[in-house]
Amino acid sequence: MDESLIVSLKDIVVDFDGERVLNGLSLDIHDKEFVTFLGPSGCGKTTTLRVIAGFITPQSGSVLFDGKDITGLPPYKRQVNTVFQKYALFPHLNVFENVAFGLRLKKMPEEQLRPKVLEMLEIVGLKGFERRGIHQLSGGQQQRVAIARSLVNQPRVLLLDEPLGALDLKLRKEMQLELKRLQRELNITFVYVTHDQEEALTMSDTVVVMNKGNIQQIGSPQDIYNEPQNAFIANFIGDSNIVDGIMVKDFLVSFCGHDFSCVDRGFAYNEPVQVVVRPEDVAIVPPSTGMLTGLVRDVIFKGVHFEMHVDVEGKEWLIHSTQASQPGEIIGMNIGPDEIHIMSREGV
Amino acid sequence: MKTQHKRLLQRAYIVMIFGFMYLPIAVLIAYSFNENKSRTVFSGFTLGWYKSLFQNEMILSALGLSLVLALVSSVLATVLGTLATIGINSMSRRTQLIVNNISYVPVVTPEIITGVSLMLLFVLLQQAGAGGEVGIFGWVTLLIAHITFNVPYVIFNVGPKLRQLDPSLYNAALDLGCTPRQAFFKVILPQLTPAILSAFLIYLTYSIDDFMISYFNCGTMQTLPIAIYSMTRKKVSPEINALSAIMFLVILTIILVSNHMDSRAYRRNQAAIRKSAAEA
Amino acid sequence: MLRSKTSRWAAAPYLLWMAIFIVVPLFIVIWYALTDASGAFTLQNLAEIGRYSSVFARSLLLAAEATVICLVLGFPVGYFLSRLRANKQHIMLMLIMLPMWMNFLLRTYAWMTLLEKNGLINKLLGLFGIGPLNMINTAGAVVLGMVYNYLPYMILPLYTAMTKIDDSIIEAAQDLGCNTFRTLTRVLIPLAKPGIATGITMVFVPAVSTFIISRMLGGGSNLLIGDLIELQFLGNSYNLNLGSAMSLALMVIVLLCMSFTSSFDEEEMEGVM
Repeated sequence: MDESLIVSLKDIVVDFDGERVLNGLSLDIHDKEFVTFLGPSGCGKTTTLRVIAGFITPQSGSVLFDGKDITGLPPYKRQVNTVFQKYALFPHLNVFENVAFGLRLKKMPEEQLRPKVLEMLEIVGLKGFERRGIHQLSGGQQQRVAIARSLVNQPRVLLLDEPLGALDLKLRKEMQLELKRLQRELNITFVYVTHDQEEALTMSDTVVVMNKGNIQQIGSPQDIYNEPQNAFIANFIGDSNIVDGIMVKDFLVSFCGHDFSCVDRGFAYNEPVQVVVRPEDVAIVPPSTGMLTGLVRDVIFKGVHFEMHVDVEGKEWLIHSTQASQPGEIIGMNIGPDEIHIMSREGV
Repeated sequence: MKTQHKRLLQRAYIVMIFGFMYLPIAVLIAYSFNENKSRTVFSGFTLGWYKSLFQNEMILSALGLSLVLALVSSVLATVLGTLATIGINSMSRRTQLIVNNISYVPVVTPEIITGVSLMLLFVLLQQAGAGGEVGIFGWVTLLIAHITFNVPYVIFNVGPKLRQLDPSLYNAALDLGCTPRQAFFKVILPQLTPAILSAFLIYLTYSIDDFMISYFNCGTMQTLPIAIYSMTRKKVSPEINALSAIMFLVILTIILVSNHMDSRAYRRNQAAIRKSAAEA
Repeated sequence: MLRSKTSRWAAAPYLLWMAIFIVVPLFIVIWYALTDASGAFTLQNLAEIGRYSSVFARSLLLAAEATVICLVLGFPVGYFLSRLRANKQHIMLMLIMLPMWMNFLLRTYAWMTLLEKNGLINKLLGLFGIGPLNMINTAGAVVLGMVYNYLPYMILPLYTAMTKIDDSIIEAAQDLGCNTFRTLTRVLIPLAKPGIATGITMVFVPAVSTFIISRMLGGGSNLLIGDLIELQFLGNSYNLNLGSAMSLALMVIVLLCMSFTSSFDEEEMEGVM
């Protein structure tokens, strides 16, 4: 067995009121890894997290922790802790007592407990806030208390359920970096749930893309972004142009009435496929030299780039470019072999 | 598995509590159909007690009094209370606090004390010559008593609604050409109507149900609860059981109907939202 | 909005009404309590209450017993209800309130018929060779009547307080190492405190001042404060001055109970601050 494995899910099935939420899901999580479950709402990502935490007992399948079966173990006996979506801080306790909660249950003597709690508060940047009530804290501060409350128990795995969902954009970006820093410093496993693809790509070592109770793809952020395995992932992660095409032969694909060389092979001759092109991977050239030509419908300034909607043989393409074209203009478009991703149509 | 056991235990407990709450009522109703006067032996089915209930002069006149009293006192209390709510809303914070505290007095004092204190007031008035030969106790004292214990509830029911109202609503009405009076009647009042209506319904039920306060201020008149009380004091007759069954049925119907209307309105709204979302 | 000076006058009839029929009568009670039949000042009425100390003690004891039983029985109900789905909660709440809409005298009368010597319960026990037990006209029957009548008043505030406890708070407690019992003592009870305080007041106050329940289920031997007061105002021992003194004493008891429960509440607030 792999030494570095910490959590293994084997064929997990969860039903709610006769509806299948997790459909025989299997997954290995390695120690000291930052893993993110990414997917739209209702895809089963939070349910998976709750199975690991012990709040949900699966109908079938098993949960292994450190190689031991913990499927039926109640949450209070597991070596994992959770940071909840809306923090779930205890409103009747102040900041110090919230963080001390778990240690007090373990009957840790006061002289050991106090410095531990204070140290943890310092780590999350809340030194001096011990006596504050929960309602006197901002969302970001409450978030930090929730993290400190979990981490002070020294869990092997920290589970985070969309912890940044309630924060504004700027604070969210700050906390993303901070969480990543914490994970590196404390050197423990983080399992993170989000529906925000940017968040997932920024923070994770491994991204698990989920949809409808199944895992769609597991891989590094780069893999997921550059080599989406199906149209769902391509659509969900970033903007994509997805068009139907024919794989003429290895390294040659035809779509929009033009043959493009590409880097994919292993398909049957003339197999119908889907082609994914990221909007920033389309180069704009003079119409005469373009592989494709299109009519610019509209142009929107987005700060870093211009977003253009271009009509190519009746299909609308999305193109990101640092140079603006004019609406009504005819442009040429080139796509390099590396920028073309081929997906078979079966998986759709 | 373990969670399943827990859920079963929870369900058993709830069933037990509901059994405790409903079994006595069920037994009461069951024996309203008993031919025998006994409250233990069930000897045969009869509707006789219902028939004799509707020939019982005392019960019928008490029921009539209770209904009229409830209606009149509820209308008056609603008007008085709604006016008060609007007035209180335009007072300063401090005065509001004082008025609210006074309004709480009849809510927190035991009913028996509200009852006897009003009785003492009426006794004093009577001694001063009010009511003449027959005395003051009767219709008037009952009406005053019922209005008094009911009226604060409008303030607690409608007051918060009035405060929650978006202030720009009133301003928008003025902006669109309403006079302040029109703005109140065309915009503010319609917003409050549900709360006022529900306060009115609560008054009705409180008033019909009240025993304690009426008991000390009714003189020789009998409201329905007082008639029931005197029946339980005398030789018991299954007519009471029949009365209980009817009252239970009436209440159940009212609750089911209002609940059904609520959930139908809710479903209709949800359906409309889904439809417009699908169209959009 | 709506803060014109004239609209203030809309409250005038109400204030006048409250002054005449709430505030003045309470002062009349105090005045009667401190005077004799001729209207002269006296403390005799208050002193005389001492003779009835056993009745006061019984009232307090039985009401306290009923309150504790209601709390113990009602707490799990409030909790289970607050964890149900919204539409189910609605139905269950209706079911809990439904008996409250039934006239209180009829509900108590129902127990009268169940508990009596040849009542249904004794009949059932007889089938197992037990009894007949002497249940009606005992202190226990009075407590039972109180619990039966006021249990919903305990469940509702508990339920309301506990609906504010998010599921994730309970999960967080378990996640941090609480078993079921500790979740109860460390999280649920502290957070339900406002509901507990309200529930105690809402059960204790009517229970300590009732006279119907004791009369119907307690026979003549279990007089409560309410019975004493009723006897002074409408009964054989007609004495408005003594009755007022007793009412005043009852009012003091109620106020003490409420300041006790509200201090309970404030403690809670300090934790928040």
